[in-house]
Amino acid sequence: MNLGLSAEEWQAVRLSLDVAGRSVAVSLLPAIGVAWLLSRGRFPGRMLLDAVVHLPLVVPPVVVGWGLLMLFGIRGPIGGPLNDWFGIRLVFTTDGAALATAVMSFPLIVRAVRLGLDTVDTGLEAAARTLGAGPMDRFLTVTLPLMSPGILAGAVTAFAAGLGEFGAVITFVSNIPGETQTLPLAIYTATQTAGGEATAARLATISFSLAIAGLLLAELIARRMHRLLGRA
Amino acid sequence: MPQIVLKHRFGRDGFALDVAFDAPETGVTALFGPSGCGKTSVLAAVAGLLRPQEGRIAIGGDVVLDTARRIALAPERRRCAVVFQDARLFPHLSVETNLRYGLRRAPRSAEGPGFDEVVALLGIAHLLGRRPAGLSGGERQRVALGRALLARPRLLLMDEPLAALDAARRAEVLPFLARLRDVARLPILYVTHALDEVDALADHLVLMDRGRVLADGPVAALAARTDLPLAARRDAGVLLDCTVGEAPADALTRLDFPGGALLTILRPGPPGTRLRVRVRARDVAVAVSEPQGLSTRNVLRGTLTDIQPAGEGQEVFVRLAIGPSELLARITRDSVQRLQLHTGMVVWALVKAVTFDHRMGTAATGAAGSGAPDALPAA
Repeated sequence: MNLGLSAEEWQAVRLSLDVAGRSVAVSLLPAIGVAWLLSRGRFPGRMLLDAVVHLPLVVPPVVVGWGLLMLFGIRGPIGGPLNDWFGIRLVFTTDGAALATAVMSFPLIVRAVRLGLDTVDTGLEAAARTLGAGPMDRFLTVTLPLMSPGILAGAVTAFAAGLGEFGAVITFVSNIPGETQTLPLAIYTATQTAGGEATAARLATISFSLAIAGLLLAELIARRMHRLLGRA
Repeated sequence: MPQIVLKHRFGRDGFALDVAFDAPETGVTALFGPSGCGKTSVLAAVAGLLRPQEGRIAIGGDVVLDTARRIALAPERRRCAVVFQDARLFPHLSVETNLRYGLRRAPRSAEGPGFDEVVALLGIAHLLGRRPAGLSGGERQRVALGRALLARPRLLLMDEPLAALDAARRAEVLPFLARLRDVARLPILYVTHALDEVDALADHLVLMDRGRVLADGPVAALAARTDLPLAARRDAGVLLDCTVGEAPADALTRLDFPGGALLTILRPGPPGTRLRVRVRARDVAVAVSEPQGLSTRNVLRGTLTDIQPAGEGQEVFVRLAIGPSELLARITRDSVQRLQLHTGMVVWALVKAVTFDHRMGTAATGAAGSGAPDALPAA
């Protein structure tokens, strides 16, 4: 089954799934932590943290990509040591594409997780306390399960959005087939190539289908979870 | 013995809480008062969910809070299980996992009834596999009772556990509360604004108003006082600890109390059943000679011991000694003058057999400190 796709086109699809998957894997735990701080934390600078987390939503993606290039470039303040000491290079690599995608979708996950956390009745956590559950215990046994619909919704949405990240990726890691050329980059390349209309159309259809599938999946999971959590 | 001293002010000029009382080592201590009198805040402070500005709380000899010595144990280390008004069962866990939540976290050395015993006591065996969302309000509250008891607490806190239920559900849950009280050998703090719950469950009463303790003592002793807000209620009156008598002569039930007996239409259970009955002062009439030709079944000979004004109106409380027991009658000043009532005179108290108004039905169980589960009427 190749749906009439060429090997290069399939490569772009697989790479997109790989990059989006890795970006979600990287950002999920920090997103839960940040959502917790924003929802429950009482500390100076909470507003600032809130603003910084949401920056990728309002700053042009190309600017985010440029910022990453400055920080994580071979001679950047973070990219330099990473390269010199650990041999980790992010520029022009799949890892770098995942990082750019993670940064761009981070606010989406945080928002969804935070919404999920806000639906958790703090009275239930108080009840767990009086039954002898310490902070980590009651987070794992009460809060986390009850906020899990939000976590799942955030992960699926971020994954679907991550499949289509363009500006930050192309700026930070360029457009290298097999390494950093994800679906949107491949579509862009096709439109810039003479006779590439058919390729662009096929890839655009796949992109569209994946996005729709992602949204449906998110909705399905959310309903399933709510039933599991006894909220009917 | 739980000892509680608390001072707390909400906001700068807000509501001030200033209470101090001791609760008996076992049995139910009811915190009773109007809405907003601070009784729930007291409970929250004992549980550790509210941090008072000043206070000292000791449970079973252990200090869990002492602001002067900067001691404030976290709620999870106080071992005060709470039964909340809204049950607060964990919606994602089965009834059984809910019940075991506290049990799994209780110290190994903690003693208390076992899982099967509590499940049988509360009649929830058929619910174990269900989720809380599928339970009725009464069932939820029974599971919440079990979950709190199974946490093996040193002190059980109940925050208006019946207030969110309709009359039928209250009547369903109340006998289980009475059973739990008799089985659990630990102190229970019970917050309520329903006097019938106090009558049915409490041994000790802490009367609260506007953040302060007006009086505290044995329930029956406070009920018999005429100087408390309790006396201003329509249902003011004494509480009599009664035992259902052997085979009454007619279809009525005989309730024996120290110094006499009352015939009643109540059907609390077989002979030997103990229950506490509220005899409302407004339902008691007084005669200066033994009356004849009355439909009233209860005519009790006694001595008039006191006459106290009842509020600002034309009414007074007349206190009567019936053997070692007491009755209060609420009558008019006019009657006092007409009959020339004075302390020391012999009078007859009249109480109609149909007068016992029991909204809780047979749920009015358990005399103070009876501790005998087998004496409970069938629910």
